[in-house]
Amino acid sequence: MPKVALFVTCVADQVFPDTAEATVRVLEAAGVQVVFPALQTCCGQPALTAGEPEAALRLARHHLDVFDATDCDAIVTPSGSCAAMVCHHYPELVSDRHADARAVAARTFELTQYLVDVLGVDDIGARLDTTVTVHDACHGMRNLGLGHQMRTLLTATGATLVEMTEADTCCGFGGVFSVGFPEVSARLADAKIGHAATTSAEFMVSGDLACLMHLDGRRRKVGPGSAPRPIHIADLLASGLSGRR
Amino acid sequence: MSDGHAIATPGDDFHERTAHAVANPVLQKALHNLDRRLRTASTSAAAHPDWKDRAAAIRRETLLDLDGWLDRLEHSLTTRGVQVHRASTPADARRVIVDLARARGARTVVKSKSMATEEIDLGNALEAAGMTSVETDLGEYIVQLAGERPSHMITPAIHKTLPQIRDILAREAGTDLAVDREELTRWARGRLRGEFLRADIGITGVNFAAADTGTLVLVTNEGNGRFCTTVPRVHIAVMPVEKVIPRLADVGIMLPLLTSHATGQALSNYVTMISGPRREGEVDGPDELHVVFLDNRRRTLLGTKYEEMLACIRCGACLNVCPVYRNVSGHAYDAVYSGPMGKVLTPLLSGGAEGADLPYGSTLCHACSDACPVKIPLGDMILSLRADVPDAHTALRRRRRVFWSVWARAWSTPRGYRLTTALGRVSRGRVPGLRAWTSSRELPRPAREPFRDRWAKEHG
Repeated sequence: MPKVALFVTCVADQVFPDTAEATVRVLEAAGVQVVFPALQTCCGQPALTAGEPEAALRLARHHLDVFDATDCDAIVTPSGSCAAMVCHHYPELVSDRHADARAVAARTFELTQYLVDVLGVDDIGARLDTTVTVHDACHGMRNLGLGHQMRTLLTATGATLVEMTEADTCCGFGGVFSVGFPEVSARLADAKIGHAATTSAEFMVSGDLACLMHLDGRRRKVGPGSAPRPIHIADLLASGLSGRR
Repeated sequence: MSDGHAIATPGDDFHERTAHAVANPVLQKALHNLDRRLRTASTSAAAHPDWKDRAAAIRRETLLDLDGWLDRLEHSLTTRGVQVHRASTPADARRVIVDLARARGARTVVKSKSMATEEIDLGNALEAAGMTSVETDLGEYIVQLAGERPSHMITPAIHKTLPQIRDILAREAGTDLAVDREELTRWARGRLRGEFLRADIGITGVNFAAADTGTLVLVTNEGNGRFCTTVPRVHIAVMPVEKVIPRLADVGIMLPLLTSHATGQALSNYVTMISGPRREGEVDGPDELHVVFLDNRRRTLLGTKYEEMLACIRCGACLNVCPVYRNVSGHAYDAVYSGPMGKVLTPLLSGGAEGADLPYGSTLCHACSDACPVKIPLGDMILSLRADVPDAHTALRRRRRVFWSVWARAWSTPRGYRLTTALGRVSRGRVPGLRAWTSSRELPRPAREPFRDRWAKEHG
């Protein structure tokens, strides 16, 4: 049985623990043993995007220490963006520990990427009778090549997938951008919510909690109307596992 | 940066200007109308992924020995009777060109659309020297009459609606014109025809310059570039130093790559290849051809992590796919170059004096990096510039540094992380400074019990 270390992310840990639990259930349904390295905190991405790489480096070193010391086959996270921080930015950021950074990056995967590309699991046994549309979160899509994995997993549940236009356009979150440029940020969320609404789907599924928090926050602010409910892929898949929903 | 230009999108900083742009209904209408067209242009270019690799290789080969290729280009040009001038600053370039024009008694100058001449603010310099400078690309002509600067490298007047364009042209014409594309174009065409015939000097940019043959390549869709380079007695081309390519054969890749990424065209309507001034026995062409090599801090980027920015071919693909650009348009950047490439180039070409806040106005979605035909990692450059640009607001910068340094100290230990997140829970997410978020979005509260505590309970 493959052994996976959960890289939970600070957002899931502190704000969306249900999604973290759903991630564990999905991984276990795929036949994986999950361990949780309790000393982990945050990958450091907020500081890097704020323009403070030295602060980010401090967190990156801690992250490497924690996961380097964890005996596991893979490190899996329910966030394409946090996975991209480790895989795309760590090797350059932690230049004095290049080998460590590369080793941890090589073992780090986003949830759907791990299930489909590494385990070769297209169907985790969840069954759903609903209509979904997908928002491709930027860092997972452009830094890690994500997109088809989530669609494969969703289709296997029996759910109907209706693609929205511009599924690959940014939702406007952007970390510090969302508070530095709130007007443009909100406008991009409106465009995304509008595109999703035209699909008449029940859910807008994505792999990044920060995008979903931004989209759901905007949707609730302006009144949800008939717009699809933003939901994390782990939450949706877990809801379709037997005995749940 | 707005000297001599009307301010279309006001505001003291990039954030303020983006907020104005988003709230401007006329601008939003203009953007909405053309949004699809721009996006289509960029996606239609995706058909040739291997071209990108070849083009990127050609550009990097050039940058590896930029000075060497420039010397070879100068030699080839000189051999063909072209006069080469080297300008290290915009002021140098302006002086060279104004002096050339004065010495020839020039009164009217026609210009073909060129970002390099925007960069050195040449039009205003010529006017200040008592000459009339006329933009001859239709979009650029509209922008000039409006007293503005282009809002897009390829489609300069894309921020204007058709009725606005009618008003601008009708004011110039002194008669009423219909809100009709053909009628407006016909009027401008007639007017510009007279300017071409009257002009003493034609000024253009350069899209590519082949070092081996000394050939200047110029791309236009309206034929105005060819008019500017053949009718007036003198042609002056302003060439930023990175426009050199090693061989004429490289044009075979670079040219269709440029046009497909710029407008979705396999080839532009006009491609002008210039190999020197008119020679004895030839009928067409100028008596004199001058090329001004413009450096403006470009060579200081060589050998730095921003060197690859010099591979840029000014196609505009990164603007067309940028979610921020598509919603705020070019004037919000208050700079010659806008969009993702402008966020990188503006602070770099000004040594940080201009556009220091531009890199923050990005969602870091990396759509620009994906769209770039020569594979410049624009998203990564925008991110690293946030740390590398010397910020004008040093007090703010110092406070920010203190905040993140305290944060990093706390969160790099499990104890500090536990303590600060517990404080966050007690305050139920009511952290000061979050109004920027809650003004447009609801904020979820921290969970009563974080995942790590749930896990510890369940797994002992």
